[in-house]
Amino acid sequence: MSAHLPVLQVLVPLLAAPLCAILRNGRAAWAVAMVASWTSLWIAIQLLTLVLANGTISYELGGWAAPWGIEYRIDTVNAFVLLIVSMIAAVVTPYALKSIEREVEASRVALFYAAFMLCLTGLLGITITGDVFNVFVFLEISSLSAYALIAIGQNRKALTAAYQYLIMGSVGATFIVIGIGMMYVMTGSLNMADLSVLLPQVSSSRTIPVAFAFLTVGISLKLALFPLHLWLPNAYTYAPSTVTVFIASTATKVAVYMLLRFFFTIFGPAFSFDVMQLDRVLLPLALVAIFSMSLVAIFQTNIKRMMAYSSVAQIGYMILGISMASVTGLTAGILHMFNHAMMKGALFMALGCVMYRVGSVHIDSMRGLGKRMPWTMAAFVMGGLSLIGVPLTVGFVSKWYLIQGALEKGWWPVAALVLLTSLMAVVYIWRVVEAAYFQEFPGDDDGELREAPLAMLVPTWALVLINLYFGIDASLTAGVAGAAARSLLGVGP
Amino acid sequence: MEDRVILRVGAKILIPYILLFALYVQFHGDYGPGGGFQAGVIFASAFILYALIYGLAHARRVLPLELATFCAALGVVIFAGVGIVTLLKGGLFLEYGVLRHDPVHGQHLGILLVELGVFTTVFGSMVAFFYSFAGRRTGRS
Repeated sequence: MSAHLPVLQVLVPLLAAPLCAILRNGRAAWAVAMVASWTSLWIAIQLLTLVLANGTISYELGGWAAPWGIEYRIDTVNAFVLLIVSMIAAVVTPYALKSIEREVEASRVALFYAAFMLCLTGLLGITITGDVFNVFVFLEISSLSAYALIAIGQNRKALTAAYQYLIMGSVGATFIVIGIGMMYVMTGSLNMADLSVLLPQVSSSRTIPVAFAFLTVGISLKLALFPLHLWLPNAYTYAPSTVTVFIASTATKVAVYMLLRFFFTIFGPAFSFDVMQLDRVLLPLALVAIFSMSLVAIFQTNIKRMMAYSSVAQIGYMILGISMASVTGLTAGILHMFNHAMMKGALFMALGCVMYRVGSVHIDSMRGLGKRMPWTMAAFVMGGLSLIGVPLTVGFVSKWYLIQGALEKGWWPVAALVLLTSLMAVVYIWRVVEAAYFQEFPGDDDGELREAPLAMLVPTWALVLINLYFGIDASLTAGVAGAAARSLLGVGP
Repeated sequence: MEDRVILRVGAKILIPYILLFALYVQFHGDYGPGGGFQAGVIFASAFILYALIYGLAHARRVLPLELATFCAALGVVIFAGVGIVTLLKGGLFLEYGVLRHDPVHGQHLGILLVELGVFTTVFGSMVAFFYSFAGRRTGRS
């Protein structure tokens, strides 16, 4: 069966989705989602091991050979992203049980898991496929289910947020498909490996630079690159807690992966950076995103919204690393995809625990929670430390590589900005710490407010421990990210 | 629409042919224009016409919303199920050739089953969309 692992990676959640919808019972659907997400994680680990041992894996769907048929192609880069996505899904599903029962109408719980599995299918599909049109199809699957997931909660503002995301996301997807169409017109191929060979022959035409521009804008919309991030804060703030955890940790990372795939594998770094000078667009936008969004985050009173703005800033770090177009910079970018998924996952999960018990994540309702919900708040603090980039957490490893990459290029101001914005993260995390630990609990002391249920705390702490583990021993993550960066730049294994 | 005799009788005459035409588009999809998506939309349009002329309540008695959403999910199961069968028969995912001894027959059978899955999902989703939009004011069932 191991020969079929590439297709099973997508097939398992795809099959789980209709089963969840047919079962109609929330608990039963949860059990299906649980099996599917943990199987996905197991497959992703197997695939990463296989890729690291034997190199690229190719799988031909329907037995049609590569440039004509759809090919699933797994190398170090997407094996790593598959691991990120399925790991987050596997941790989120046990967490979802309690949180979703509280935040979603009972009649819709099974449908929630169906949409959740579809979203997972889409994200894994974008990552695994070697066919650009297939990317678009899976992008639509993941996006449409993400809109439904955001709107499914009881917060009515979620409907507007989801609608806003729908409009922006559809514009992004349209731009991407226009770009793909133009590439197809010029080359007659949709296969990524084939395109990378055919495109240089026609890149002097005007169509290919235009396709490049459409793809840049479309993907930037999807990954919420400043100033195309406007859909993100509302979507993250008003979605159910579980959805925020999942989307924040996976959707934007997969979009960053798309950016890597299109600009490094398909167009090639020479065309993207020397001819089109992509870095001249990405670098300033990344810097503005990091600085301005960190600044905006400081002034938020809704902590989920604060974390959402912080996410836009963190995406800026990833794009900053990518815009360096050097091995160290790309390693930092790819590594930060993993690290940010883990730290933001932990932070949003802790906020979900607060939401479960307190019913609000406003800064005022966090007062005194340090004593009431010690484990939840401790998880939040650990996630916050990782976000800041304190040594022994994954955040430190990302920033270490990022600053190294900047110094290699001689970009001293950029390195200084990374350090400065880390201090800004201290400011906004500290506001929560101050409210939780140094202010009195506003209500009366009848001890009604208890710690969050174990089913939610255990997954939260699992992510916190991953933050610590890979912060102390980053050889696995940094090693894989480094190998991925080298393969994208085509400079040896 | 109680008093619109022409519409009521006209719809009654048309609906069986719409359903039949949908099945033609479905099964002729291998050879001519058509296929599961188009057939599913046409099949659903017969139910939508029925609902428009005779009212939503009657349509829901013929085809409840639960059945429509069940169809929407079932189609995906059929599609993925064909893929799983080809895997179990030793082929690649959706490699229809292994479904029968003769690969050409296998291709025919495979595409027919997959298109049936598409048909079921599209039909179910279209009807479910229509019910949800049409039923907004009267509340959900």
